This record gives sequence, structure tokens and C-alpha cells, in this order.
Amino acid sequence: MMQKTFMGYRRENGRVGVRNHVIILPVDDLSNAAAEAVANNIKGTLAIPHPYGRLQFGADLELHFRTLIGAGSNPNVAAVVVIGIEDGWTKRVTDGIAATGKPVQGFGIELHGDHDTIRRASTAARELLQWATERQRSECALNELWVSCKCGESDTTSGCGSNPTVGDAFDKLYAAGCTLVFGETTELTGGESIVAARCRDEKVRSDFMRVFDRYQDVINRHKTSDLSDSQPTKGNIAGGLTTIEEKALGNIQKIGKKCTIDGVIDKAEMPTHPGLWFMDSSSAAAEMVTLCAASGFVVHFFPTGQGNVIGNPILPVIKLCANPRTVRTMSEHIDVDVTGLLQRELTMGDAGDRLLDMMFRTANGRLTAAEALGHREFVLTRLYESA
Amino acid sequence: MIHCVLHDPNDSVAVVVVEGVKAGATLTGLILDQDRTISLSAVQDIPIGHKVALKDMAVGDTVIKYGVDIGKVVAPIKKGEHAHVHNIKTKRW
Repeated sequence: MMQKTFMGYRRENGRVGVRNHVIILPVDDLSNAAAEAVANNIKGTLAIPHPYGRLQFGADLELHFRTLIGAGSNPNVAAVVVIGIEDGWTKRVTDGIAATGKPVQGFGIELHGDHDTIRRASTAARELLQWATERQRSECALNELWVSCKCGESDTTSGCGSNPTVGDAFDKLYAAGCTLVFGETTELTGGESIVAARCRDEKVRSDFMRVFDRYQDVINRHKTSDLSDSQPTKGNIAGGLTTIEEKALGNIQKIGKKCTIDGVIDKAEMPTHPGLWFMDSSSAAAEMVTLCAASGFVVHFFPTGQGNVIGNPILPVIKLCANPRTVRTMSEHIDVDVTGLLQRELTMGDAGDRLLDMMFRTANGRLTAAEALGHREFVLTRLYESA
Repeated sequence: MIHCVLHDPNDSVAVVVVEGVKAGATLTGLILDQDRTISLSAVQDIPIGHKVALKDMAVGDTVIKYGVDIGKVVAPIKKGEHAHVHNIKTKRW
């Protein structure tokens, strides 16, 4: 019998988080140094450096803002200090996060310089951190938990073991009324008709096929080969995966057998109701997990075969693995060992329950392997060149 | 001991799930969801995670895994041989 509640942090807008981060968020690459200096001054805050935010335009710029505002708005974040090179875009990000009701303060560097900005932002960060550390966890209903999934450095054991374990857990969370997401648009190639058949209705199906076909066009426009060095990756191939179709069929084991796809969202967009969502996204691990954080997800399931070590600064990433060699050689990265599935020592239902148990423990505060090891990959998706 | 697993009884390849499979080894293959096993001989060394062919396949044949098309045969494959990028390619892209 699955637990019905977990201990989370209820935020001003009613959403529930499982972490209590105070983040120092640069708007652009130029502001990374100041953000990192503030996080160094104020112990317990977390800088989230990234390489972009200048001279972007159009849909690419909108995605940049949506990702930063979404990351700051994530309920795993208690409060935010925003630092940008100038006031205009800094205010845009600050105002976007402030709409959630959470405390946020923005600082522009121009007319001040790094020293003065760091001094003022450090004062704000200290006050926000001391405020945040007095927030208390409270009992929250399971259906308030938003859970994302994305696999990485997959091999054939992912499709037989760790991915269907996520599928079993997703089937159970879906029935419990949770909000769930999967993505990796090109990594459905060969299994797209299976995904389409799982869509709730014709509207969702046509939304899915539109974004799937759009991404195929991107591949076809830019490819110089059959992508046999990129998709599957060299790591996938070393692990025994041969074609994109094989990888895709393993990938879609993550959406289980029972849940239906209830809606399609663009990158870093927020779901509007519970159920299983498909997010049009990159299949690169850090990009996809960052987009999940920006969409408001608070716990992530990450099945791996060959041993992807990814984490995220905001979203706890729970790793599970069915490959006995990987579990033996990279044990410090694995939260849930499901190798028993491939020796009939563990049923799929038991494996799913084992993952859900780790989900509750993580939601209640246990640090994941990636968190303990300091994996904080925050990677922004770019749509095209800067102006 | 399970040496390899199949997703679907009609699959033409199975995944080796133990380390150290050598040519000549007799493999026990588990059909997932059916709790039923098959037996075959490996005729080549096959690394963990890599696939063993469950039948002879000719160039142009479709390879089936999960009961679904995962690509085409580009070099002849005999039952028990290692099936991977040297003899199977995508039909996409």
C-alpha cells in the first residue's frame, strides 16, 4: 500500500516543494562571477551559473526567460536573488518570479560594478536565507507532487529494467492524481506511433505528432549522416543499443502501461492540470532535466544503463539502474538498484515500489546521490544563433 | 541463472544481461512478462548489454525487438551470433 502523504514545503502560491533552496540566479553569463561571489559570501545559498542571456531574440529569448523564471519559481526554491548586467532584463526575470509570491530581489551591475553589487546582493541573500531556514515542512498530499522523468546513457538494460520500473511507478502515481512529464522528442523515433496511440484524444495526438514531425525536420535539415555517432550516443552503442528505433522503444517503457498522455507542452512550459504530459524537448540529459525544473517539477526519476552522473541544482535526480556492471563500478551514483529484475529476483511491481519508496524518502529530505556528489548541471536549451 | 532476456516471444534478438558470455556457452533466455525461458548457444563472445541473434537473418531482413521493427540487417547474421552496429542499421534518418 503506497503512502498517501509526504513532508514538503508549501509555497506562497500553494505549490509544494521538497527542497528549500535560496538561489543566486544570473540573468546572463556576465553576471556569473557576481552570483558566485554572493553564494560564496552567504553559506547555504546556491549560485546557478550558465553561459547565455545576451543578444538572444525571438522564441529563443522567450525560452531563456521562461527557463530562468521557471527555475526561480520552482517550489523547491524558497527565495531568489537575481543578478543581471543591466536593470531591464533583470527586472523582467525578477518580476516573473515575484508573480509566485515568493521573496525575490534583483540587482543590475551597470552603474555599480561587481563590488557594490556583490555587497548589496549579499545583504539581501543573507536576509532571505535566514528567512528561508525558518520555513517548516508540513504534511502534503501525494497528488501535490510533480514528478518528471528522463533517462540517460541508456543501454539495453534500460529498456528491460530501469525504464519499465519508472513506467510501473508512473502508472501508480498517475492513478494517485500526480502531475507527471516525459519528453525527449527525437528519442521516440521508431516508437512514435506507440506514443500517439497512448494520447488521450485526437487533439493531444495531433499536438504530439506536430511537435514530433517538427523535430524530425530539424534533424533532416542539419544531419550529415544517419546520426549513428550522436543518437544513439557512443555510450549507448558501447552498452549494446544499435539503432534509434531500439533506443526509442526502450525509452517509452518509462510511460508505463496504463497512464494516458493528457497534454503536450512546449519547453519550460507549466502543466495546467494533473496527469501525464509530453514536453517537446532535447534528449540531452542536462537540458531536459533543466527544462523539467523550469516547468515546476520537484522530483525526477533518471534511469541509466551505462551510468550517466547528471544532477540538477533545483530538482533532486533519483538514479536507478538495472545493469549489474554499472551498479558495481559506479555505485556512488545509483540510488535504486533494480538489477534483480533481470534475474527474476524482483518483480516489476516490486521494482516500481522500491523506486516509489526512494521517491518518498527523497521528497522527505534524503539527499540523492547526485545531490551528495555536488552534481548541479544547469543547461539552457538554445533554439538558434544569437543576434 | 538468466543469461539473456527477450521482450516478446517473436523477437529476433535477445539482450545478454550477464558479463563474460563466451562462444560455445549455453544461454538461458527469459521472455519478460511470460515467466518462460528458452535455451540457445552463443557462437561468439557477447558483452553484457549486447544482443544475441535468436535466428538466422539475411541482408534486408527486419530485426524485431519488443515485438517491433528496430532496424534492418546489413550483413548476414547467424543464430547465436553477436547482433549490433556491424550487422544492423537504422531505417530512419
